Amino acid sequence: MNITTSEFLANRRLVLKGAGVAALIGLGVIPFDVPQALAAANDKYPEEAFKQKNEADAIKALYGKTAEASDKVKMDAPEIAENGAVVPISATTTLSDVTSISFLVSENPISLIASYKIPAGTLPSVANRIKMAKTSNVTVIVEAGGKLYSASKEIKVTVGGCGG
Amino acid sequence: MASSIRVRATSNGDTTEVQALIQHPMDSGFVKDAKGEIIPPHFIQVLTFEYDGKPVFVADWGGGVSKDPYVKFAFKGGKKGDDLKVSWVDNKGATDTTTAKIQ
Repeated sequence: MNITTSEFLANRRLVLKGAGVAALIGLGVIPFDVPQALAAANDKYPEEAFKQKNEADAIKALYGKTAEASDKVKMDAPEIAENGAVVPISATTTLSDVTSISFLVSENPISLIASYKIPAGTLPSVANRIKMAKTSNVTVIVEAGGKLYSASKEIKVTVGGCGG
Repeated sequence: MASSIRVRATSNGDTTEVQALIQHPMDSGFVKDAKGEIIPPHFIQVLTFEYDGKPVFVADWGGGVSKDPYVKFAFKGGKKGDDLKVSWVDNKGATDTTTAKIQ
């Protein structure tokens, strides 16, 4: 009688332990994993986006959505670039909650030039120098509040920067 | 070896403006040399600026960024005399890091 009782108790304990572990897996581990995986994906270098030849494909690979033109995105760039190897371009926006700013040149062999992550507290304004193979539209994409806004401008290039 | 990174970070008390100039060939992989052979791609992929242990600006670059790249941005906060850490890694796995004092 005694033996059966202790056996029963041991089994019961095992079952309870098992249930506890299952609960830990169910409640604790999986929900914690998801945001970590997302954060890791956001931090990674966007290899695929930098392989796309076409501007629309690059935007899709980078953000997974399309942009709408906005006059709140301002681009400062020359009308004519004498040297396509060094074209100074800056972008700024009056939009709030900006998380990233990207530069694309539609006629370059690889459309995406640069993508900048803007953490909270950093001003949504970037200046850089890019290469242009020939006269092309240059597009600035601003990601703000989870949406994409863009501005485009044609820049004439007299000497290309990718021809060699 | 002297650092490939030159940084100037200036605080106006409210925001810190950062300008960086890096020595790097930034070869796109589309340019041919004098013999007509393709120069293989060699460019910086990720450039990170950290202040107070947190990234304040991260650049993901392709081969379309000009040789000896320049970038300028600004962030809120940052005190004179504090450190700003700058580091890059290129597509061949080479890397460089420097720390600048905010002026």
